[in-house]
Amino acid sequence: MTPLLSVKNVTKMYGDRIGCADVSFDLYPGEVMGIVGESGSGKSTLLAALAGHHAPDRGEVHFDTRAEGLRDTLTMREPERRMLARTDWAFVHQNPRDGLRMSVSAGGNVGERLMAVGARNYGDIRDTATDWLGRVEINADRIDDRPRAFSGGMQQRLQIARNLVTGPRLVFMDEPTGGLDVSVQARLLDLLRGLVREMGLSAIIVTHDLAVVRLLADRLMVMKSGHVVESGLTDQVLDDPQHGYTQLLVSSVLQV
Amino acid sequence: MMIRIENVSKTFTLHNQGGAVIEVMRDANLTVGAGECVALTGSSGAGKSTLMRMIYGNYLAASGRIVVGEVDVARAEPREILELRRHTLGYVSQFLRVVPRVPTLDVVAEPLRAVGVPGNAARARAEELLARLNIPETLWGLSPTTFSGGEQQRVNIARGFAHEYPAMLLDEPTASLDAVNRATVLSLIEEAKARGAAIVGIFHDEAARDRVADRQIDVSNFTPARVA
Repeated sequence: MTPLLSVKNVTKMYGDRIGCADVSFDLYPGEVMGIVGESGSGKSTLLAALAGHHAPDRGEVHFDTRAEGLRDTLTMREPERRMLARTDWAFVHQNPRDGLRMSVSAGGNVGERLMAVGARNYGDIRDTATDWLGRVEINADRIDDRPRAFSGGMQQRLQIARNLVTGPRLVFMDEPTGGLDVSVQARLLDLLRGLVREMGLSAIIVTHDLAVVRLLADRLMVMKSGHVVESGLTDQVLDDPQHGYTQLLVSSVLQV
Repeated sequence: MMIRIENVSKTFTLHNQGGAVIEVMRDANLTVGAGECVALTGSSGAGKSTLMRMIYGNYLAASGRIVVGEVDVARAEPREILELRRHTLGYVSQFLRVVPRVPTLDVVAEPLRAVGVPGNAARARAEELLARLNIPETLWGLSPTTFSGGEQQRVNIARGFAHEYPAMLLDEPTASLDAVNRATVLSLIEEAKARGAAIVGIFHDEAARDRVADRQIDVSNFTPARVA
């Protein structure tokens, strides 16, 4: 089976400091991989490098393109990479304000992504937007409201709709449930799980919340000081951690 | 053989407690054929659950082979283990772990949905199992997170038996059940054996063990002598 994403030795330095070092892995279609580690462990740096938000200093990031199979997205021409980001990738930011256009209506936020891939019929765009608002549990009568008038949880669901409407194959998520209260988190997790399965998406989820990865991720990668210290099946890494840092991480979770 | 365990050992290294290495299992060997139920016995702490978790790929074996169907769980990639768990290897643990908010009916139907059974057929099978295990219909639309311990256990069993796995791991399936539900669970196990499932079980309930198990394996034989 061809991996959807094949990452080799990705390294990003900030001057003398290590952002992330020598990260390699293959992600297969339909797989959800979690990346955990404390603040500053390099997980967001890695995610941004994989998604093409900044160029790593070394390494390769091969993506299985629809037309030509595996291509290194780091050496690809900029317009090609931008097209991939619009058609095949999605990026869900921790703060919905970074992923939404706050001055545009909810329907517009979803429709804009469709227009970016060539949709032109206003009626169709509005119908698809309404459908997607429904799928993320936002009432159709809020379609003309701006995200500013939404709660944090609704904004996050809107950002997810905006990202998934174009049918991407790979979704990058940076702390998608961070900053939401637990009841809203549970609802969002349930929603994400359903969408990932239904659409057969592959996803990479960065989080520091081990409960989130247990529910969402098939596989787990644990990072510390820019290095991957352990990886494997999610429940195996959480229930039988091998590395000292993972053992510390797992034993530090407060029980409720 | 559906399940074949060869020379399996297990150690735990406690990095945050001075790097202490605890050897909990050595030279474990076990085979289970289709239609056979093998009961793991041994005192508490002998390693029954540890062995079961290793078969499921939840604990990492230190050495040896754990072959389920065609897959060596001790060496397989995560996606191969997930594929094995989806189609071949079921596990009824003692605790139900679910996504909050998901209705009981969907929790039970999920393993079937995961192997591609259409929604209606999956839900019909889930309804049948929930009814057999005496979960009142009024609860089917609710999340099991607020159910009593016994009800959660029965939901867990319904979920575990929804898809007809060729290999199954059962950790105390009759614990905390009343006589009627206990009898139902034992029937489910017998039906699974009759259709050819290979089963490894832990049963503290001796009468239940004697009824469904074809053989017993004392895991204390795999426990290394502790150095005092």
